[in-house]
Amino acid sequence: MKNEHAILPERTQSIRFSECSGDGSGIKCESESVSGAVSQRACVFCGARVVLNPITDAFHIVHGPIGCASYTWDIRGSLSSGEDGYRNSYSTDLREKDVIFGGEKKLAAAIDEVMAIHSPKVIFIYATCIVGIIGDDIDAICRNAEEKYGIRVIPVKSPGFSGTKKTGYKMACNAIMNLITPVELPEKTVGVNILGDFNLAGEMWIIKNYLRKIGVTVVANITGDAQVDDLKNAPTAQLNLVQCAGSMTYLAKQMEEVFDIPFIKVSFFGVLDTSESLLRIAYAVGNTDTIQKAKAFIEEEKNRVTPLLNKYKKNLEGKKAAIYVGGGFKAISLIRQFSEFGMKTVMVGTQTGSKEDYEMIQHLVDDDAIILDDANPAELESFMKKMGADILVGGVKERPLAYKLGIAFCDHNHERKRPLAGYEGTLNFASEINLSMNSPVWETISQGGMKYV
Amino acid sequence: MLDLTPKEQSERSALRINPIKTCQPVGAMYAALGVHACMPHSHGSQGCCSFHRMFLTRHFKDPAIASSSSFTEGASVFGGGANLKTAIKNIFDIYDPEIIAVHTTCLSETIGDDLVGYINDAKIPEGKIVVHTNTPSYVGSHITGYYNMITGFIKYLAEATGEKNNKLALFPGFVNPGDMREMKRLMTIMGVEYIMLPDTSGVMDAPMTGSYNMYPKGGTTVSDIKDLGNCELTLALGELTSEFPANFLEKKCKVPYKTLPLPIGVENTDAFVMALNHFSKNEVPYEIEEERGQLMDILLDSHQYTYNKSVAIYGDPDTVLGMAEITMEMGMIPKYLVTGTPGKIFEEKAKILFDKFGIEGCVAKSAADLFELHQWIKNDSVDLLIGGTHGKYVARAEDIPLVRVGFPIIDRYVHSYLPIVGYKGAIRLAELILNALMDRQDRDCEDEDMEMVM
Repeated sequence: MKNEHAILPERTQSIRFSECSGDGSGIKCESESVSGAVSQRACVFCGARVVLNPITDAFHIVHGPIGCASYTWDIRGSLSSGEDGYRNSYSTDLREKDVIFGGEKKLAAAIDEVMAIHSPKVIFIYATCIVGIIGDDIDAICRNAEEKYGIRVIPVKSPGFSGTKKTGYKMACNAIMNLITPVELPEKTVGVNILGDFNLAGEMWIIKNYLRKIGVTVVANITGDAQVDDLKNAPTAQLNLVQCAGSMTYLAKQMEEVFDIPFIKVSFFGVLDTSESLLRIAYAVGNTDTIQKAKAFIEEEKNRVTPLLNKYKKNLEGKKAAIYVGGGFKAISLIRQFSEFGMKTVMVGTQTGSKEDYEMIQHLVDDDAIILDDANPAELESFMKKMGADILVGGVKERPLAYKLGIAFCDHNHERKRPLAGYEGTLNFASEINLSMNSPVWETISQGGMKYV
Repeated sequence: MLDLTPKEQSERSALRINPIKTCQPVGAMYAALGVHACMPHSHGSQGCCSFHRMFLTRHFKDPAIASSSSFTEGASVFGGGANLKTAIKNIFDIYDPEIIAVHTTCLSETIGDDLVGYINDAKIPEGKIVVHTNTPSYVGSHITGYYNMITGFIKYLAEATGEKNNKLALFPGFVNPGDMREMKRLMTIMGVEYIMLPDTSGVMDAPMTGSYNMYPKGGTTVSDIKDLGNCELTLALGELTSEFPANFLEKKCKVPYKTLPLPIGVENTDAFVMALNHFSKNEVPYEIEEERGQLMDILLDSHQYTYNKSVAIYGDPDTVLGMAEITMEMGMIPKYLVTGTPGKIFEEKAKILFDKFGIEGCVAKSAADLFELHQWIKNDSVDLLIGGTHGKYVARAEDIPLVRVGFPIIDRYVHSYLPIVGYKGAIRLAELILNALMDRQDRDCEDEDMEMVM
C-alpha cells in the first residue's frame, strides 16, 4: 500500500477521521464512485432487483445478457409463506445477434413462454445496461403483453450505469407505485403498511406478530413476503411504517402524495429502537387501547429479554465494533444497538448513506470514530486495524476480509441466517456477535494462521 | 416446496430459466486473479464488478479483489475512455499492483469502446503493465471470458526470445485452486518444469495469516507469462476451455500444443501423466503408480454400490465431460449431461464418450438450463445429481442426492481447497459419490434391510 491509510485523494472528502476532517462541510456522499476504486457498491439494477425480488408471486424477467440474472438468482434470503416463483431465475439471455438486431422480439417471446408455463399476476421486466443502448422499447412490449394476457407487465428501467444503487431503489419504488395505483382512490381501512422489510430470515413475520399483539392490522408488506393482491390493497392503509429508509422513503413520499398516507420511520433493530418504534406506531395509530397494549407488550418483552441480554453483555462490554453496511439507517440502528450492549463503534461506513444519515452517525459515535462513505477493502482494512476493531458487521464481500484480518464477523445483510429484528432478533444478534467474537476458533488460531512458520 | 417445474415440456427459444452459466467477465476476473500482483479491472458499470466479486467470494470464501471503471450515464454516451484513464492512474497510485488486467462488459462492448486505443493513451508508470481482453457478456459464457483473459495475457506479454526454456506450458482449465495445486504436484513429481497460467492457488485459497494481503503470494508471475513464449510444448487441459489460448500461443510464439481432457478419472489422468512422461522422458515414479493403484483398489472394492446407477451431471463443459468419464469408469450411467455454455462440440464430445463405453440412451445438451434438466428428471429420474449449488432445488424437489462438484458452490466449505483432478482427485470423487449413494441407502432402506457392514 502506498499511502498509510490507502486513501485516494478524491476520497478524502468521503472519510472522516481526526487527521483529515475539520472543514465542517460534512461527509461527501450520495455521489458516484471514483473510477478505479475497489468499491463494495453495486449498481442501479442491483438496487431495483433486491427491492422487488421478495414479491413472492411476481415473475422477474431480467432482460439482458445472462450475468445479471445469474448473479441475482435467489440473491437474498427473503422467505415466503406461500409462493416461491421469485426464487427461480428468468432471463432473456441476450446473445450477440439480439444485440445487433434488437432484443424486443426475444423479450416478447420470453413473456409468451412464461405465460405458457405459469399464470403470473404480475411480471417485472428489468432493463439492464445494454437494453437502452440497443434501443429496445420495453414500455411498448410491456403494454402489448398486458393487453394480450390481461395481467400486469411492469417495466423496471434499471441500466446499471444510470446512477447508484439508490437510483435502483427508486426504480423499484416506481414499479411498485405502478402496480398498486388504482384507478380510483379506495376507501380507507384501519391498518398500516410495512415498508422496507424484506423478510430476511423471517423478520417480517416477527414484526407483523408484534403489531398483531398490540392490535395493529397490517394491510401490505412491502416487499418482504409480499403477494400481489395484498400489495394492491396498500393504498387503503392509514399509515406507512418505513423501516429501510434508504430504499423506501421515496415510495412513502409518493404514497403520501398520491394516496394521502402519512408515514413514520421505524426501526426494529435493538431493544431500544424496537420499543420506541412500537410506541410511536401505537401513538400514530392513535387509539388508547393500542397504546396500552403496546406499553404492556414492550414492558413484558423488555423484562423477558433484558436478563438474557445481560448474560451476553459481560462478554460484549468494552469491545470495539466496526460497521460497513448498505444503508445509513441500518448503520444508525447498529450503533445504538452496540451501545446497548456496552460496545463502542469505532468505524462506521455505508454504501448509500445520505447526508442526514451521516450527521446522525457523527452525533452518535465518539469524536475519534472513523466514518466513511462507499469504502473499499483497503480502507476498511486500514481503519479496522488502526482502531483495533473486535468485530465487523457487514455483508458478503466483507466477511472474508474480516476473517483474513482475524476479526470476528456478523452478516447483517443478505446472508443473515437468523432473524435480527425485534426483541428475539436482538437476542440473536447478541448471540451471533458473542459467538463470533468468543468462538474457540480464536484460541486455535491465536498466533495467526501460520503459528509455526 | 421449491418446485415450480411442470413435467410437460413446452417450446422455449427466448426464455432462460435457472441458468447453468454466467457471463464472460466473471471468468476473466477469475483468470486475472490467477496472475501474481494483478488487479482485475472491470470496464463497465459498478454492479458488474460488485456482482463478480460477490460470486467469487461466495464460491471461494476468500476476498476477490477487483476494480471498476464505474460507468456513469455520461460514460455510456461519450465512451468510457476518461473513466479508464482515471481508473488506471488511481489503481497504480493507491493499490500499486504490478499489472492491471482489464476486461470489458456488455456495456462497454455495445458502445464500442476502443480498449487498445485507451490503453495506448494511458499514462502507465515505468515498469507497470496494463493488458486487456474483450469479454462481451452476450457471447459464450464465463468459460469464454476465462480463456479470453488468458489469451489476453499471452497477446500482450508472451514472447519467443529464440531461446527455449525447456519448460512445459500448462493451461489448467476452469478449475479450483485445489486442482491447480494437484496438477503442480504431479508435474513436480514427474520432474517437469512448467509455467501454469493462470494459477489461483495461493490466491483464492490463501492461508490465514492475521493480515490481509491484497496480492497474496500465489499467481503466475508476469515474467513467467512472458517466458511462456519459450516453452517447448503446451498442454491444454480441457479442450473446450484451454485450446483457444494454446492455439493463440502457437500462432504467436510457435509453441506447439496438445489438448487433453481435464484429468478427471482414471483414463484422463493416465493421459495427463503419460503426456508429462513424454515431455520429461522421466519414468513415472512409484509414488504416482501407488496412487493409481490405490484408486483401482477403491473402484474395485466399491463397484457394487455404483454399478448401473444413473446420474445427471450439469456445469461447465470440460468439468461435465470429465465427470461423465469417471462416473462411467465407476459403472454408472451418465443419463443427462448438460452445460449452459453454448457450443455443439460439447455434445459431440459426449457422444464419443458414450460410444467409447458402449452406453446407450444418454443425452447431452449444450446451451441448456437447469429448468430443462429438471423437466427431463421429472419424466425419467436419476439416482444421483452432480453439479454446483444451484441444482439443490432440483435435488430437493425430486429427493435426489447431490454431489457438489464444479462452479459455483456457494453453500458448502472446503471444496475449492481439494482436487477433483489426478488420481487423488478421483479418490476424493469416489468417496463423495459413494457416500452420497450409500448414505441414501442407509436413510431409505427398511429397518430389516439396515446393514452394519457395507
